[in-house]
Amino acid sequence: MLSLQAEWGRVRAVAWKDLVAERRTKSNFNAVVAMAALMLLFFGFALGPDAEALRNAAAGVLWLTIFFSGVLAFNRSYQLELEAGALEQLLLYPGERWAIYLGKLLANLAFVFLMELITLPLTGILYHVAFPARWFAVLSVLVLGTIGFVSLGTLYAAMASRSRSREVLLPLLLFPMMVPVLIAASGATAALLVNDVMGDSGAWIRLLAAFDVIFLIAATWAFQFVIDG
Amino acid sequence: MTAIMPKQAEQSRPARDLASPLVMPARWLTVLTFAAPVALIAAQVWSVQASAPDRDMGHLQKIMYVHVPAAWMAFLSFFLVLVQSVRYLWRREERADLLAAAAAEVGAVFTGLTLLLGSIWGRPTWGVWWTWDARLTSTAVLFLVFIGYLALRGLTDDPVRRATWSAAVGILGALNVPIVYMSVKWWRTLHQMQSSPSTVDPTYAWGLRLNAIALLLVLIVFIAHRYRALQREQIAERLLDDAALLRRSGA
Repeated sequence: MLSLQAEWGRVRAVAWKDLVAERRTKSNFNAVVAMAALMLLFFGFALGPDAEALRNAAAGVLWLTIFFSGVLAFNRSYQLELEAGALEQLLLYPGERWAIYLGKLLANLAFVFLMELITLPLTGILYHVAFPARWFAVLSVLVLGTIGFVSLGTLYAAMASRSRSREVLLPLLLFPMMVPVLIAASGATAALLVNDVMGDSGAWIRLLAAFDVIFLIAATWAFQFVIDG
Repeated sequence: MTAIMPKQAEQSRPARDLASPLVMPARWLTVLTFAAPVALIAAQVWSVQASAPDRDMGHLQKIMYVHVPAAWMAFLSFFLVLVQSVRYLWRREERADLLAAAAAEVGAVFTGLTLLLGSIWGRPTWGVWWTWDARLTSTAVLFLVFIGYLALRGLTDDPVRRATWSAAVGILGALNVPIVYMSVKWWRTLHQMQSSPSTVDPTYAWGLRLNAIALLLVLIVFIAHRYRALQREQIAERLLDDAALLRRSGA
């Protein structure tokens, strides 16, 4: 019990450290949010000005925007560690490796959630989506999909950021793994935006939850090998 | 003392690993290397000779003889990647890593072949090069997962790091295969698109079996050769490192 409490303290310390570093520079967050806004505009240009077409594509566009701009955030979470041997020092501290992973995961989750806080209403405005009646269900899809995305993103960035070509490698590793999340999250979101008359969202939400549980456990386990390597 | 012994054995293992022969004795490999293409050609000759053209598809159906076993071989190699990745993380044996790498390379080739043949078959049969069928789509995703796996290996220089990371990616990728398949299947049923075609008639089973055996031989030969090449690359890398160290120390 005591050791679990100590690990939780470490999780919070790592998360806090990453968030403070981000808050003090802010450059990354601003750039990522600007990128998300740009992508929403670009998808709009590509799909044409027809309001109906935009509304139908909104759910898919939202998730693609989250993926493509969120992926820019993950490498940063290790880039800071690579300077001046910070990672080696972090690993020298007592405690379990998974505490570092969970700390970084929490920081990245906060980062992506904050980005979504801006992206979500922007999508609603640009794509003419009315405020959904089942907004709480939409939010839970957003949370579940983001957890699946960030849990693997945080793990794979630990490798990609230390490889020879991190910009290309991270999306190449991460996106094929994200196929179930993309399908389930955009399926559920699309269904919920039209108030889910067919009752499709339940199955997608369960799939997202299963994905999250499986890959949270797998990524937490795999991180010890990845970070020491 | 007993606690130290296994540790020492473990440290000396990589060297013995590399000195040890291949996945099989060299003579067997030579024999198989010649047997595999012969078997492959024989299987094609047999299937064109022995089985009548399909009522609906004609000789197009012969593509299935290679397409379906190629898909089996692809899945077999990715299963091998999974097993060897687990074995590497568990036992830290270098040969498990090299075998996983060889299997991933050959598996990617077979997956590419499966997709290509399926596409060539699908154009005259379904009228499209591509359909968002569950099996087709998840095979394509699997292909990309292992392209990522190979890219990671190519972009990581340190051998231990490369082995550990790719093992983790291999295990997570394999874990995702059933989830991808399920999600694509649900996605399709919810969207009400065309259903998948019926599979091959039982009378054509022999064509499939012969090709499966021939392609299995090809698979083994490819993996064994790639394994040997990777082993030699590893030895060469190590010798270069040693030489660089010696030069720097002024010896």
